[in-house]
Amino acid sequence: MATSPLLSVEHLEVQFKTQDGIVRAVNDVSFHVDRGETLGIVGESGSGKSVTAMSLMRLIPNPPGKIAGGRVMFDGEDLLQLSEPSMRHIRGNRIAMIFQDPMTSLNPVLTIGRQITESLELHLKLSHREARRRAVELLQMVGIPSADRRLDDYPHQFSGGMRQRVMIAMGLSCNPELLIADEPTTALDVTIQAQILELIKRLQQELGTAVIIITHDLGVVAGMADRVQVMYAGRIVEEGLTSEIFAQPRMPYTIGLLRSIPRLDDEQGRKLNPIRGLPPDLINLPQICPFSPRCDYFQAGQCDAQVPPLRDVAPDHRAACLFDITLQTPVTAGDPVSA
Amino acid sequence: MSTERPLIEVRDLVKHFPVRGGVLRRTVAQVKAVDGVSFDIRRGETLGLVGESGCGKTTTGRAILRLEQATAGSVTFDGTDVLRAPARTIKALRRDMQIVFQDPYASLDPRITIGESIAEGLEIHRIGTRATRVDMVREVLGKVGLHPSSMARFPHEFSGGQRQRIGIARALVLNPKLIVCDEPVSALDVSIQSQVLNLLRALQAEFGLTYLFIAHNLSVVEHISNRVGVMYLGKLVELADRRELFRRPRHPYTRALISAIPVANPEHRRERIILQGDVPSPINPPGGCRFHPRCWMAQEICRTVEPAFTQRAPGHWSACHFADDVT
Repeated sequence: MATSPLLSVEHLEVQFKTQDGIVRAVNDVSFHVDRGETLGIVGESGSGKSVTAMSLMRLIPNPPGKIAGGRVMFDGEDLLQLSEPSMRHIRGNRIAMIFQDPMTSLNPVLTIGRQITESLELHLKLSHREARRRAVELLQMVGIPSADRRLDDYPHQFSGGMRQRVMIAMGLSCNPELLIADEPTTALDVTIQAQILELIKRLQQELGTAVIIITHDLGVVAGMADRVQVMYAGRIVEEGLTSEIFAQPRMPYTIGLLRSIPRLDDEQGRKLNPIRGLPPDLINLPQICPFSPRCDYFQAGQCDAQVPPLRDVAPDHRAACLFDITLQTPVTAGDPVSA
Repeated sequence: MSTERPLIEVRDLVKHFPVRGGVLRRTVAQVKAVDGVSFDIRRGETLGLVGESGCGKTTTGRAILRLEQATAGSVTFDGTDVLRAPARTIKALRRDMQIVFQDPYASLDPRITIGESIAEGLEIHRIGTRATRVDMVREVLGKVGLHPSSMARFPHEFSGGQRQRIGIARALVLNPKLIVCDEPVSALDVSIQSQVLNLLRALQAEFGLTYLFIAHNLSVVEHISNRVGVMYLGKLVELADRRELFRRPRHPYTRALISAIPVANPEHRRERIILQGDVPSPINPPGGCRFHPRCWMAQEICRTVEPAFTQRAPGHWSACHFADDVT
């Protein structure tokens, strides 16, 4: 029997109550993360990727949000059943999270040093002096120059990239087993993004931390993740090894995404093939393939009769499509270009 | 090369913003947002302007439209001196020079219908009658791929991509010659971005529009532009035909930018240049070449002598002392 994964999410359901009805943000989502691996979660706004991550940390605001079902097994324990004090021991200590916006996720009235030492004193029971020493080490590790002096600076004295480095230092301060990075570079410039991604990669190799990287950028996952899962309308619609997903995508949504992005490594002057239409409204989602209204391969009577289950389409590769669609399948439906 | 006069000629454009401090709010420093930029935009082309935040690309676009009063330099639009033109001429010029903004949520008035929003420009310029304006709005909505019945609806009823189409319709309805597109797709989801990019291309072909396309995303700029200019700390550091720029960059900063783009292909292996440090402050830019503190090719001369922006190959301009060694 293989060793059990570090994290395994089973049939997760998350809902938000709104004036217009119940938004089903995450629907029957199951996946796992092994120790030391990097899982990429890709999707567009509203696909449920961030809500999934927040539920793992039990950070969904309730009300209006609610984890309506499922299990989040972390190292043999169901996080959803833990008491709040036990959960607090996991959060920041064994599972850490870094967010998109380093400007708003640091406390502006506390020094950088205080924000790092806080969790060291709380979780690792270090003395104030030990915590400060460790904080300097952490800042050096993430590449902040003259770290001992910068400890007493406030967040506004740091640039965006530097703040994200501080967030990473804080995230890694207690040697977590799992680091969840939610769009960690979206707010950063491209040269700074390259620095941060390189840093996460290096630290992961050195520390052996498992990483979940959540992004809308296919380029970021291609360079970072061992495995990728694609989310759409609150469901996982494709999952597999990164090389497989990019070389042989099997879900029309993934195929559409790959065709719609401008790519520098491609031949010149190519017209983009956008996915037509808009993502569905997550209120009153009908029990059909959520992508079917936008799909070039839509088959009436089948795609609109059920929610296609994730099924094995190749070794270590699953897709939620009833048909064996590949990059080579000719388009059957009407004009795919709406613009 | 065509001998036709370019639609826009920008020469030594400078825009400094004062930094005020002290009790008397005296000017204590200048943010050198744009610090001597020159380029042409040819009729019917798309000129892309890329760079990281704070490089001055947006300020350049706004100064060309005179939405910011430039500190020095000149902008000639179709033979007219934009920066020194009297208010009346500017008003007429604005009909020919339109802008599409980044944030489709903030750029539409939430209290008026999109029909009113689009017709606003027509009213200001006294184009048509109330009835013909309605027809014009209806027609332009069709052109940007929205149903004419959307006229009576309010901005909150539309998605981000649809709002960006409305923003484009507002510019397009005046039948302009130039549209400055300031990060028009960066707020949109990937699958929606390409819809808007294709729309911009189709409209350009149909109406012979000229675009100044400002963005930080190099893949997007490469895709849509004929020529691309790269800005760094208020200066244009490289300008070339898009193919040439991406195949053979002649400025180390351009090369680093290109290598930093995440490519959606896990098999794609290439040498990555990771620049050290952050972009310095535009209040006190480094002496010599502004890029030298982050440049791996920097020599003594780069610290002391500012490189001139010169033509290194036909149509390929670069501001680097070692432009021919960047490979």
